[in-house]
Amino acid sequence: MSRLNVNPTRMELKKLKARLSTAVRGHKLLKDKSDEMIRRFTVIIREDKALRDEVEEELSEVMRQFSVARSVTPSYSAETAFSMPTVAVRADCTVKSIMGVDVPDVKLVEERRADGLPYAYSEITSEADYSVKKVSALLPKLIKLAETEKAVRLLADEIERNKRRVNALEYIMIPQLEETIKYIRDKLDENERAAIVRLMKVKSMAKN
Amino acid sequence: MTGKMAIVGDGDSIMVFKAAGVSTFPVSDEKKAREVLRKTASEYSIIFVTEELSKSLGDFLKRFDEAPYPVVLTLPSTSGGSTYGEEFLKSAMERALGVDILFNNEK
Repeated sequence: MSRLNVNPTRMELKKLKARLSTAVRGHKLLKDKSDEMIRRFTVIIREDKALRDEVEEELSEVMRQFSVARSVTPSYSAETAFSMPTVAVRADCTVKSIMGVDVPDVKLVEERRADGLPYAYSEITSEADYSVKKVSALLPKLIKLAETEKAVRLLADEIERNKRRVNALEYIMIPQLEETIKYIRDKLDENERAAIVRLMKVKSMAKN
Repeated sequence: MTGKMAIVGDGDSIMVFKAAGVSTFPVSDEKKAREVLRKTASEYSIIFVTEELSKSLGDFLKRFDEAPYPVVLTLPSTSGGSTYGEEFLKSAMERALGVDILFNNEK
């Protein structure tokens, strides 16, 4: 441990004491923040895991179905069938705050027309209908997953950063300040003792 | 603010998203994907990336982790045997908590 390089004066002592009390208060606050963030994080990450498992399963089913649809249609007709979407999906994007961390908050806005299929029934096999419908149904979940996953990332980053701050305060800043304060106090006491001794000495010399 | 959605991926699998109203950007290789992502990042707020692609992009996708938008989501792979989700959760947990709270009972 090293003490700060300061002059041992009363002035400095006062300043350092103020800094120490701020540091201790800040440390406590940050520690509380860290605890709460971790609690939130565990909730979100569990949610994310459940959601991802669900999405993974459903999406692979959709893809399987879609590849069946693709394989029974010639590729050019499939391309034309899918290239003109009638549904316009928009996401309403806002930001919400979890413990001071800005995370995305997305809501799906869908503008649907008729049955939502971009092609005539005669054009393509029914498997395609199913998969398109399923994907449309899956979209809200995908967006939710995107949102929670992003929140997990952002929170993990913030927790890491916060932890570093807490540790810096706890293991470096606060001990350093304490040691410096002790050093200054010792030095001041020493000076005082020296002054008293000097006075006594002078007094006894003056008597004789 | 309303944002648009895009999917960047390889091959035919992304075509079905087009029918659902998501803009599709088929890319064939990594270099092209970077280019497309750079362009789409400012325009779209939600970008889906297929797992095969996101594996090869790796660090490039990390740059999107800093701001809330755009949200980049790696879609589970269609060919099965997906490990991305698990790996992602594990690394996030490791960084934030230091312990594994989700997968430890599976072993």
